[in-house]
Amino acid sequence: MTGVSGSPSEPKPAAGAPGFGAVLKTGATSAFVALILFSLMIGIRTEAGPTGQLIYWTRFGDLASLVAAVFVGSIAVELVRQWWGPAGGRVVPASVQNGLSIAGRFVAPALLVFTLLVPVIFYDQRYILDLGILVLTYVMLGWGLNVVVGLAGLLDLGYVAFYAVGAYSYALLATNFGLSFWICLPLAGILASLWGVLLGFPVLRLRGDYLAIVTLAFGEIIRLVIINWQSLTGGPNGISGIPRPSLFGIPLTPGDDGLAAMLGIEFSPTHRIVFLFYLILALALLTNWVTIRLRRLPIGRAWEALREDEVACRALGINTTTTKLTAFATGAMFGGFAGAFFATRQGFISPESFTFQESALVLAIVVLGGMGSQLGVALAALAMIGGFELFRGLEQYRMLVFGLAMVLLMIWRPRGLIGHRAPTVYLKHAQAISSDLVKEGHG
Amino acid sequence: MDYFAQQLINGLVLGSIYGLIAIGYTMVYGIVGMINFAHGDIFMIGGFIALITFLVLVSFGLTAIPVILLIVLLVSMAITALYGWTVERIAYRPLRHSFRLAPMLSAIGMSFVLINYSQVAQGARVKPIPPLITGGYTLHEGSGGFVVQLSNIQIVVVITTVVLLAIFTWLVARTRLGRDMRACEQDQTMAALLGVDVDRTISMTFVIGAALAAVAGMMYLLYYGLVDFFMGFVAGIKAFTAAVLGGIGSLPGAMLGGLAIGLIETMWSAYFSVEYKDVAAFSILIVVLIFMPTGLLGRPEVEKV
Repeated sequence: MTGVSGSPSEPKPAAGAPGFGAVLKTGATSAFVALILFSLMIGIRTEAGPTGQLIYWTRFGDLASLVAAVFVGSIAVELVRQWWGPAGGRVVPASVQNGLSIAGRFVAPALLVFTLLVPVIFYDQRYILDLGILVLTYVMLGWGLNVVVGLAGLLDLGYVAFYAVGAYSYALLATNFGLSFWICLPLAGILASLWGVLLGFPVLRLRGDYLAIVTLAFGEIIRLVIINWQSLTGGPNGISGIPRPSLFGIPLTPGDDGLAAMLGIEFSPTHRIVFLFYLILALALLTNWVTIRLRRLPIGRAWEALREDEVACRALGINTTTTKLTAFATGAMFGGFAGAFFATRQGFISPESFTFQESALVLAIVVLGGMGSQLGVALAALAMIGGFELFRGLEQYRMLVFGLAMVLLMIWRPRGLIGHRAPTVYLKHAQAISSDLVKEGHG
Repeated sequence: MDYFAQQLINGLVLGSIYGLIAIGYTMVYGIVGMINFAHGDIFMIGGFIALITFLVLVSFGLTAIPVILLIVLLVSMAITALYGWTVERIAYRPLRHSFRLAPMLSAIGMSFVLINYSQVAQGARVKPIPPLITGGYTLHEGSGGFVVQLSNIQIVVVITTVVLLAIFTWLVARTRLGRDMRACEQDQTMAALLGVDVDRTISMTFVIGAALAAVAGMMYLLYYGLVDFFMGFVAGIKAFTAAVLGGIGSLPGAMLGGLAIGLIETMWSAYFSVEYKDVAAFSILIVVLIFMPTGLLGRPEVEKV
């Protein structure tokens, strides 16, 4: 497919913005479309009746209010669009970008210091600590996936498979062989990266959308095998009684050999939470550190080159096979670490935790974070998981809002909140690369 | 042998449904070059609309089954087509000139929206309906008491598919719209220069794909007697597999791939294990893409720099 620059049917609305009548007409059209769309799906509710037969009742009130909402909403959007100009037409000025990047330099250390202090400040607020652990888990997953998607530019929709492999590796090794967390952690990472290579081999020749679908299929295969291989994985019932982690052999229990007794302080279950918090923080920082280091090594440069242009990469003599495989393996390894942590934190895992939605969530974090920006991914994870927590009461609309957010994000800020896709190295001087110059798959 | 014949019939019927969905994938990929990830969920919406229309018609006292089926078919095709149009308008058209992964991610978002929308609007429970088309023919009575049957519903599914395919092939091959579509598939810029309304053609592609998916949704409802809000995900991936197997961009290929996937899935369930039938389908997708990326009837993709 070749790109099209400006199709004839889309006149630029800048010259002579349409009047209010046209806006009203747009609103009426949207409302009419909404009326037809929602007429049956919203206007009529079906449910199995007492005898098992399906019965239905009407909800025309809901239908009317929804259509009215669409009418008002589309008028509002239309007005905002006229006031703001065409979507994507406005570029953030360079001075603002520079200011942001200077501010960005202070955001990361400040955030790190704050994160380190969270268990101290919120010591007796279990909820915040748990939430922090959750956010950090997603930060780690986001950073792991960032290696594959953000750096190497390989769209991976099955990242949760490696998370699952890590979690199940630890759970099975610990419950069957009694191995400790610290032995299992590297094993989980190695196993996950083996699976990453295993996935990587067949998909070497694929790119873009095909790659995405195959990784998605791979993720589903892993999940289905976990569900069906009951003798090993316990099937849908999952694995319970997964051992808690110890501080290098010292258990965090109220017993005599526990950490509390050794330090001579009173035991509190919060100790374990704080320990888990610092554990995942350390793992996440390890991911970040390794990624940053790798970016400065030849392999990291090769990843970024691969993202920008695969054909040119090959012409320059970069071995795309090893480059892709290492990206998959590295990303998968971090996913495996995160999985092992997840298993030890929950104490119970089941296939339900490793659905496609999870992959999409991590991918959304990476995309929202700007594909390649470490700080962006961390902030995106915070925003995403924090947002989910804020709207906890609206649990059933969660995926609806999430999906809409993903669509809107792609329309308004396809480069993520912190649009940072510039390569790490430059030939002469720093120059922002805009989307007009670089299009994936087009060279 | 009888057992095999029966599975062959079942597989072909299932394959027809997959083929109808696969056409939507392959058309959109051919013209816009993106995987319409939400297409499987459009199929699910089609099933739901067919179900609701059916319930309403029955409660109005309509009893003639052919009339009901015809109305249900038309209503679900029309409304689902509008869903397809809306999805394209909201989620894909603004991204026409964005970077390559953007439509894919937007499509994933749209897929979540559709799944959750029908879950919220119609509840999470499976919706069963009583069998509408009953009866059938006994083709062969085996010695071991095994009977090869061809039910009326299976005949309806296959005939509907064949008729729709004929109409659709005529549409693409003989009409103005079909010519526009083929022109856009080859070169959008050139087509636009020659006066083809590219936006409208792409919209119509989505509309037609959604209408065919709606038929598939209705056939699924009739054949299995139930719909649920999550059925589009797996069916969508399988139909996409079918499109890839047949050679993405190729319309006869999509149907052929659909039949192949239907047969493979049925045979796998019959002879190996039911639990791993989805694994089998997904593995085929991977294997095909590795060894035969152009599929059965596809053209090799030229790598452009």
